[in-house]
Amino acid sequence: MKPYFSLQQLIFIIALWPIASILYTLINNNFGANPVEEVIHHFGKWTLIFICLTLSITPLRRITKSNIWLPFRKTLGLFTFFYASIHLLSYIGLDHHFDWNLILQNTIKHKYVWVGVVAWLLLVPLAITSSKKMKIILKDNWFKLHRLIYVIAILGVLHYLWLVKKDITQPVIYGLIIGVLFLLRIRFKKN
Amino acid sequence: MKKILSSEITPEHIYQNRRSFIKSAAAGTASLMLGSFFSLSASSNTSSSEKLTSYKDITTYNNYYEFGTDKEDPSNNSGKFKISPWSITIEGEVEQAKTFSIEQIIKNFPSEERIYRLRCVEGWSMVIPWMGFSLSNLLKTVSPTSKAKFVEFISVYRPEEMIGQQSKILDWPYREGLRLDEAMHPLTIMATGLYGKNLPSQNGAPIRLVVPWKYGFKSAKAIVKIRLVENIPISSWMNASPAEYGFYSNVNPNVDHPRWSQATERRIGDSFFDPRRPTEMFNGYANEVSNLYKGMDLRKYY
Repeated sequence: MKPYFSLQQLIFIIALWPIASILYTLINNNFGANPVEEVIHHFGKWTLIFICLTLSITPLRRITKSNIWLPFRKTLGLFTFFYASIHLLSYIGLDHHFDWNLILQNTIKHKYVWVGVVAWLLLVPLAITSSKKMKIILKDNWFKLHRLIYVIAILGVLHYLWLVKKDITQPVIYGLIIGVLFLLRIRFKKN
Repeated sequence: MKKILSSEITPEHIYQNRRSFIKSAAAGTASLMLGSFFSLSASSNTSSSEKLTSYKDITTYNNYYEFGTDKEDPSNNSGKFKISPWSITIEGEVEQAKTFSIEQIIKNFPSEERIYRLRCVEGWSMVIPWMGFSLSNLLKTVSPTSKAKFVEFISVYRPEEMIGQQSKILDWPYREGLRLDEAMHPLTIMATGLYGKNLPSQNGAPIRLVVPWKYGFKSAKAIVKIRLVENIPISSWMNASPAEYGFYSNVNPNVDHPRWSQATERRIGDSFFDPRRPTEMFNGYANEVSNLYKGMDLRKYY
């Protein structure tokens, strides 16, 4: 029997979970005292999760010695960009009402903001060049360019780390996961 | 602890209505009498959009690291906390040190309603109808000596009841401090209630400090000891991150936190699509308190 969805489509649907869960909260009017902050943090958290998921494809490939994972990397990577964009847009629009002066001031003066902005800007070329066609056009440069995801991952963790007041548990957890995903690459490369 | 009958508790909507009365009454008065039954500072220079934050939001969105670092943690984790029996000791540079039971405090220092803005250092704010009394009334009973220059507040340390104290996120017990003149200022209160009810545990029961022109963390909760001292006390937050949290911590839109802006704030309870509000100097209490800091470089003494 032919399945209704391809695995690829299934991943796509599952990757929409952060949208579904926030809509559920919205429809049930279940936000806490600070809904704007909740929305921003929700998409910030999911951006980090999708960075981790995207980075886990290569180690998975090597551990399982199978290429079936490869097509998911693009989907997960594009979702990373999607959620990072909603995260940024909610900061700009919902929280700061497009007050560009204030947003610019914050970006210049405060490192957690500019690190986040830089991380998003670096995601843009990766999203633009995500197609098969671009991969063919850019050849080796495509791989070089897409190594930016390592920088983006580190900036993403710093962004979180510099935001929290005192309890650094959460950013440290993301940092550790990303660190392990980096180490797995080095290990396999040596072998 | 004095029991309040449920019939005595003012429902939230009446509180909201009462505020409109307060505002119209205040409009007719050129200046506000501090220490009168209603301290109207929250309405003294603000627009009609400044309504009380809901009881639900005030009691479920808290920074109270003794019960955990998430905003919902204090309301979820404070169920085991015992607020009775409770006593509070006032000692140090005083003629006569004293210990009061919470019952004595409530009997000897009648509560009045104080509607104050609360501005958190994180960039959000509320408007809270506290029940409390001026701290100066309490301090006068022990007669501070001429050596008393500062007041140190020490919160309770009970890691078995306060799950957050089981990790070393701050140097427990929580400590805060004020200059003596700040502590004696009529706006500075000890609060024992809000919305006409006893203070819930997550808001610092049974007794807490409220200093409305300073960032919220200055207003120590669940206080067991007040010490009058000669030298500047080191607070828990100064100890944790001296470059970020100074002794004064006055609300000031012109002096940013090293990591984020203090120019604006999000008012809890505002709708999804409301903008942030500009933060006011001394949280809107400049008329009342700016003379305390005359000639001081507020950038240096942050």
